[in-house]
Amino acid sequence: MKPGRLKQILLLTDGCSNHGEDPIAVAALARNQGVTVNVIGVLDDRQNGRPQGLEEVESIAEAGGGVSQIVYQKSLSQTVQMVTRQAMNQTIQGFVNKELTEILGKDQTIEELPPEQRGEVVEVVEELGESCDLDVLVLVDTSASMHHKLPTVKEALFDLSLSLNARSGSNQFSVYAFPDPKKTIKKMVDWTPELGEIHGIFSKLNSGGYTPTGPALKEALYTFAGKPLFERLRDGEDPYEETGF
Amino acid sequence: MKKRAFNLTPGSQVIGKWNGHKYMIIKELGFGACGTVFLCRTLQGDTYALKMGEDSSRMMLEVNMLKKFGKVQGVKLGPSFVDVDDWVDQKGGAHPFYVMEYIDGISLSSFIKGKTNEWIGICAIQLLTDLEKLHECGYVFGDLKTDNLLVSSSRIRWIDVGGVTASGRAIKEYTEFYDRGYWGMGMRRSEPTYDLFAVTMIMMEMAYPAKFEKGSSPLKTLESKLASSSQLKPYRQFIQSCWKGRYKSAQAMKAGLTDILLKRQEGSSRLQKRRDGRRGEEMELAALSIFAAAVFGSAVVSFWL
Repeated sequence: MKPGRLKQILLLTDGCSNHGEDPIAVAALARNQGVTVNVIGVLDDRQNGRPQGLEEVESIAEAGGGVSQIVYQKSLSQTVQMVTRQAMNQTIQGFVNKELTEILGKDQTIEELPPEQRGEVVEVVEELGESCDLDVLVLVDTSASMHHKLPTVKEALFDLSLSLNARSGSNQFSVYAFPDPKKTIKKMVDWTPELGEIHGIFSKLNSGGYTPTGPALKEALYTFAGKPLFERLRDGEDPYEETGF
Repeated sequence: MKKRAFNLTPGSQVIGKWNGHKYMIIKELGFGACGTVFLCRTLQGDTYALKMGEDSSRMMLEVNMLKKFGKVQGVKLGPSFVDVDDWVDQKGGAHPFYVMEYIDGISLSSFIKGKTNEWIGICAIQLLTDLEKLHECGYVFGDLKTDNLLVSSSRIRWIDVGGVTASGRAIKEYTEFYDRGYWGMGMRRSEPTYDLFAVTMIMMEMAYPAKFEKGSSPLKTLESKLASSSQLKPYRQFIQSCWKGRYKSAQAMKAGLTDILLKRQEGSSRLQKRRDGRRGEEMELAALSIFAAAVFGSAVVSFWL
């Protein structure tokens, strides 16, 4: 089995969307296109209890076939890499399960195998997680309440590339911020294998009082394909390659 | 923390779906992100540790590691493996579990409490001895931290081998305090030096049980913490050498540490000798007085005669 390329959107936010289309629907669309959506809700270190609106975090990730986590700033670094890895494994497992069903028949998943065989299959999943290529588009909510958390976000992103670049598979990262008055999302870092040199990326930001998570996700999904979806469709080609292996 | 999906109380019985073995739960030993560990007893009366979790893949990876490292070259690295199975609860839900040797011990922090700082070095040597074996097999421990260790009859044992990774791969799980990546001291790739750094952090933790964060300049934080601990004074240079990358293998690092410990012992053995010397004098004195008494006694006896 040759590992292919996994595609993920990682959304970092601290609140509920309040503008434009439903982010949960967009996440479901992304999943259909072979792009996994992970969401991390970032709490203030001083914040007590769960703020309102963060249930959306879980719903978006669920619809996007990804992983969600709500964390305090100080554990952001560790969470970002963990969520990304978990989602990778989840995607690979989903794929392996599909193969198993095809070979062994209906409802035959990894969990249902006898322990001996399960032990062998998980080694294969591990191996694929180590060697597959990965694209992560990081989408950062830069609305006013997120501003003082951005240095931590930057650190966490550097840490993410540190973790993932230790794998034998190759990685590509890009970073987008939202909201942006002109294009909904703003490119901060173009596709790059290293997130080390991202000093000052969040320095020039203008944010309104709204959080258009849905439109931002959709725009991120378009960007993933390299160019807007409709252009591709007009060209008569499949906008997204199969995320298969 | 997620709510546990299974309900096991002392007295509950766990029967394996595949192998059919029965285990009676005695008590809960602890729980973490990926499962709960119970003390259990078999029908034959043997006690084991039973770990039940939800993530079946992760559990299987742990089992694979246990099978591999229960015993390496005659040395027990992790707990020995006993059984792996699924337990089906009353509602029909399946929960993966595995059974391993029960290691009865105390945490490193309670073991070290009240001991001389020589023990910091001795514990580190024990860790390095086991790591050397593991590294020879082409694996790296990965998530090396005090939570994953127990001291059982004065010997450090690993109780969780879930983070063990084949050399050259990415470290799959880590804990920031022990992770060299967090401190800006290197890649998060599994190579022997990754574990060696964690050993120095375990030594640091023995001096700072509450641990500490990296702050704005990680290296400075480490250096100043190291410099201001009197307990770590004998190991200061040794730890710094490790951070500077002078030790490439557990073996080399162990040799460095052994030098320090032996030197310290020489110092104390000189004291010992002096004490021995004094004891010798005392003995001579005692022998002399007995002899004198005997002479005197015989003199007295002869006088009476």
